[in-house]
Amino acid sequence: MRDILLQSIWRTPLTEPRPPADDAESLELRAQLKQGVDAFFDGSLSIRQVDAGSCNGCELEIHALNNPFYDLERFGLKFVASPRHADLLLVTGPVTENMREALKRTYDATPSPKWVVAAGACALDGGIYAGSYACAGGVSEVIPVDLHIPGCPPSPDLLIKGLLALMMKGRRR
Amino acid sequence: MPNLSEILDAFPEIENHRPWPRRLVDAASWRALTELLAEGEISLLGLWGDAGHVHMAVLATEPWSIAVASLACANGKFPSVGRHHAPAIRLERTIHDLFGHEASGAVDKRPWLDHGRWRLRAPLGQQTPPLGQQTPPLGERTTPPAYDFVKNIGEGLHQIPVGPVHAGIIEPGHFRFTANGETIVRLEERLGYVHKGVEGLMAGAPLARAARLAARCSGDSTVACSLAFSRAVEAAMGVEVLAGAVSVRALMAELERLANHIGDIGAICNDAAFALMLAYCSVLRERILRACYTGFGHRLMMDAIVPGGLSVDFGENEAEVIRQLVATVRLAMPQLIELYDDTASLQDRTAGSGVLKRELARRFACGGFVGRGSGRSFDARRDVAYPPYDRLSFDVPVLQEGDVNARVWIRIKEVEQSLGLIEQILTSAPSAGRINAEPRATQACATEGLALVEGFRGDILAWVRVAPDATIERCHLRDPSWFQWPVLEAAIEGNIVADFPLCNKSFNCSYSGHDL
Repeated sequence: MRDILLQSIWRTPLTEPRPPADDAESLELRAQLKQGVDAFFDGSLSIRQVDAGSCNGCELEIHALNNPFYDLERFGLKFVASPRHADLLLVTGPVTENMREALKRTYDATPSPKWVVAAGACALDGGIYAGSYACAGGVSEVIPVDLHIPGCPPSPDLLIKGLLALMMKGRRR
Repeated sequence: MPNLSEILDAFPEIENHRPWPRRLVDAASWRALTELLAEGEISLLGLWGDAGHVHMAVLATEPWSIAVASLACANGKFPSVGRHHAPAIRLERTIHDLFGHEASGAVDKRPWLDHGRWRLRAPLGQQTPPLGQQTPPLGERTTPPAYDFVKNIGEGLHQIPVGPVHAGIIEPGHFRFTANGETIVRLEERLGYVHKGVEGLMAGAPLARAARLAARCSGDSTVACSLAFSRAVEAAMGVEVLAGAVSVRALMAELERLANHIGDIGAICNDAAFALMLAYCSVLRERILRACYTGFGHRLMMDAIVPGGLSVDFGENEAEVIRQLVATVRLAMPQLIELYDDTASLQDRTAGSGVLKRELARRFACGGFVGRGSGRSFDARRDVAYPPYDRLSFDVPVLQEGDVNARVWIRIKEVEQSLGLIEQILTSAPSAGRINAEPRATQACATEGLALVEGFRGDILAWVRVAPDATIERCHLRDPSWFQWPVLEAAIEGNIVADFPLCNKSFNCSYSGHDL
């Protein structure tokens, strides 16, 4: 362990290295995201993720936001353990009937003002699961949605772009 | 007691079921099979419903062989398997929820996936009320009846209900702990929250749509699910896949295994409050996903495998990206293994916690690292030996301890094996361009196929019946988690509540793959 810790002192950070030309856009987005969060959430935004029936593909990519490459917390965005600590619900899945009440209750437990971001193709309208006896068919069927991030699953870059888009929407309010 | 072939050989094989035989048996033979399961002579691979029937897939050992038995449900009933062989209990409850077939003599008649919130009951069977006369979903109207949890009574016992929404980026499920102080006396799981009705959506779906549904059974096993589904369809329709595509499919399956194992090793250590490991492992995982994106156009390689072949090109440029990735992972792993092995405070948490007894792993036929960490030496890649694994060399690591530490070590060793497999595939694979032989509607009658594929979690069973017009008539996908979730309840007994996340993560069962 000592070697690893010593190495990490000398090594340059992994966090998205100097902008390679093809990645300039996403770095710029991240810089803007910081500004957006500062303007509307006083430097921080707490996110509560709710899986309302996803295949867990979205969760894998949301997890990736916390890895050293994306390191979402450097923008003041962090995932919290309770809806009562959250400013924003990040909801995935087509909302199964079995999760409908739990999602509604989670929403009700989140203090206002609150935002809801639906992430992933099936969170929009049920996607590939639309029409199933077991699905409500999209997050907006159960709680009001402020923004939808497409993708199956949305990549970490796209998720960050989506959060940025939410900030811009808030600014116009 | 008659053995498996003595029981089954009395009945003729059903035509057009490939590659293993399916036989329509009578109730007495069904009971005899149940007895063999209970005696441990054979293992249960799956138990699923169909219109008017139930099917059971079993695995015989030494030599490994697979057989399917079907039973017509007289008056909507069939003799309970779960009464004598516990691994079947949740499967029978599911058959009742989805098809309405009743397991007579069953010990547990509570619903499993049906939480009383759907518009109808027995959605794949009689459908009461029938489609078209549906009431609004129950969630809107009233509260469904409370679930009857097993009661634990004793001095000093208290309950801790957790979920379905957990404190993290995890799938939903409910855990009911009964604890005495810090110690867990009993855990009861309640799942089904992410039931999306996939098997209902599959019925009547064209192959392309069904393949997309199969790829989304469990996102972390998307390659393995697609492979299992595709292999079942190909078996049913008699489609040969080009050798190049077979190799590239295995390449993807090993990359998926690599990404999940490395990611989970980090996550398990993180649940023991050792975040350093998570940081390093998640870097490696991210590198793998990025290489997959370059190689296959999708970070999780979703929809890259389709019935008949592949939907992506894989050429020399892509192969080079994967070669570089293997070199990177090979360079990084020894240091991480050393870090895990040399950190006594971490070992203190993982060694001896969450012990799954060998006998239980054998009885439940636990697949993957859960079984292999508890002495069950089974790997579909080696024992079913589907191509291209029949011509590749690799070891199947097995440990006996059955604790969190053993499961971590199995994963570490499997990372090594997967790296070796990827290298073998990349040196021996014929270079492949776009390979896609789409199965067409040519057969005269419905055909059936079965496949068993080793995902990172364990063996995934896929069974399909394809209609003459090349649509799916019935498809059943059995995730390895079906035989891992129940034993988690046993493995956690006597551990402290605070170690549950650690033990749970070391199993890492899929909610979505189970609930479907």
